[in-house]
Amino acid sequence: MHADAGVATHEAFLEALLNTDRHAARRLFDAACQPAGLGAALDSLMMPALERIGERWESGEVALSQVYMSGIICEELMEALLPCQGGSGADSQSRVAIGVLEDQHALGKRIVLSVLRASGIPVRDYGVGLSVAEMVERSRADGIRVLLVSTLMLRSALRVKDLMMALRLEGLEVQVVVGGAPFVFDRHLAEEVGADEVGYGAVDAVEIVRRLMRGVE
Amino acid sequence: MKPKTTSLDRVLTTLGHREPDRVPLFLLLSMHGAQELGLPIRVYFSSARHVVEGQTRLRARYGHDCYMALFYAAIEMEAWGGEVRYFEDGPPNAGDPVVSRAGQIAGLEPPRVAACQRLGHVLEAISGLRERAAGEVPVIGVVMSPYSLPVMQLGFERYLNWQVEEPAAIERLWRMNEEFCVEWANAQLQAGASVICYFDPLASPTITPLEVYRATGWQIARRTLARIAGPTATHLASGRCLPVVDLVAQTGTAAIGVSTLEDLAQVKRACAGRVTVLGNLNGIEMRRWTPAEAERAVKDAIAKAAPGGGFILSDNHGEIPWQVSPDVLMAVAEAVRRWGAYPLLWRDGR
Repeated sequence: MHADAGVATHEAFLEALLNTDRHAARRLFDAACQPAGLGAALDSLMMPALERIGERWESGEVALSQVYMSGIICEELMEALLPCQGGSGADSQSRVAIGVLEDQHALGKRIVLSVLRASGIPVRDYGVGLSVAEMVERSRADGIRVLLVSTLMLRSALRVKDLMMALRLEGLEVQVVVGGAPFVFDRHLAEEVGADEVGYGAVDAVEIVRRLMRGVE
Repeated sequence: MKPKTTSLDRVLTTLGHREPDRVPLFLLLSMHGAQELGLPIRVYFSSARHVVEGQTRLRARYGHDCYMALFYAAIEMEAWGGEVRYFEDGPPNAGDPVVSRAGQIAGLEPPRVAACQRLGHVLEAISGLRERAAGEVPVIGVVMSPYSLPVMQLGFERYLNWQVEEPAAIERLWRMNEEFCVEWANAQLQAGASVICYFDPLASPTITPLEVYRATGWQIARRTLARIAGPTATHLASGRCLPVVDLVAQTGTAAIGVSTLEDLAQVKRACAGRVTVLGNLNGIEMRRWTPAEAERAVKDAIAKAAPGGGFILSDNHGEIPWQVSPDVLMAVAEAVRRWGAYPLLWRDGR
């Protein structure tokens, strides 16, 4: 791809995501797949767009609704093109899981799930409103190595401390990654509750999960 | 003898963008009344009498400048037929969404305030607080905006999806919510609320792109606030406000709740003379502040936003977490009395 054309494609794809233009996003992604292949299109077009959206979210330049819809569109693109690897089809074998601890607010989890799946990372979805005991038991049963814990309420974020203790008491080698508003507003909270990692945006989760899973494998 | 300045005088003066005797302080404590009374949160909110007594004791302890009549945001969902989940150490949450198919919206009717017993408890609490206030303390009533309420009615994902996929159904829901919001706000004013806090987190560019808000939530706010028969304050519940300050000011609202994610001095410059700034102490960090850190945060906020009036010190979310200790709350209150007295000579180096 010519450099100028590549920049134009990147900008057009980014705008399509931010404007919830599924048709344009599909057309641009399909076009990028033709010469480069799916893996290259993922690495050169989709992930950079999601990373830029993540950066712009953290700096306040794009809205949460745009982050959410971008993740959904990218997940749909991956699911359509590679249903066995990128979408939810591979999730049942995954050793990565995500859930909302003692809290019904699901949007943050959904955004992270979409971005991970769009990045080709299968993830088990444990849903919302899980107790510490349920998270520990499901992690053990599924052989989970990386557990992403999404929270919105402060009380739920503080409960991560109990989760860490329960996982260690059970002898489970699960790396816990936390995220959500309480951790954004208090940058010392993740350390206080003993989480292994913290993500301040959905794209952070991609790098963190890849790094942690490399350590496992 | 100079008559004493009441909390209401203080607040009205600052809302007029003039300097009162000191910076007004709104400690927006909805749950801490339960701690004062030694009651579980669920029991505390079961009776208006508890809330009146809790708010009275909190103000007697901290000396702040308002009574807060909010029970919890999800209480409106009880009027819409929803359930509420209680926790021992946090605000009650809305249960499962009351709408799961777009087709259901056509069959919905806005609930009547008089038909909901729980809303009646809030009105009873407002009446009780008005009596305690004796015309000297503002009583804050609260409504969820018609634009933000669907997060609880539908669930956040469904709401975002349907704005794209089911715009006609969403438009109908917004219109119904407007009717409910206006009736609910005016009932609170009738019961004795001095001001209505219009909680509208989705108005924030943290959640909604500016142009989408301009075409949707802002239109709703303009229509709705024009029909509320009393003063209003708009709260973005921790979300950023700078890109929407001009729009929010044009809705006729008197104050805006602002985020700790933005520079308070910049926010004050954007709002000065038009809309009073309400904020922006970090309620999440507040939990682990020392009294000295609390004092520093208060002093910093006052230095940035208090000159000229048009500023009420508060937290940045509109509800201080259950976990924040009385020691920290007292340190905040004392720091306002120490550093918030006008004129702010210390700030000017005099």
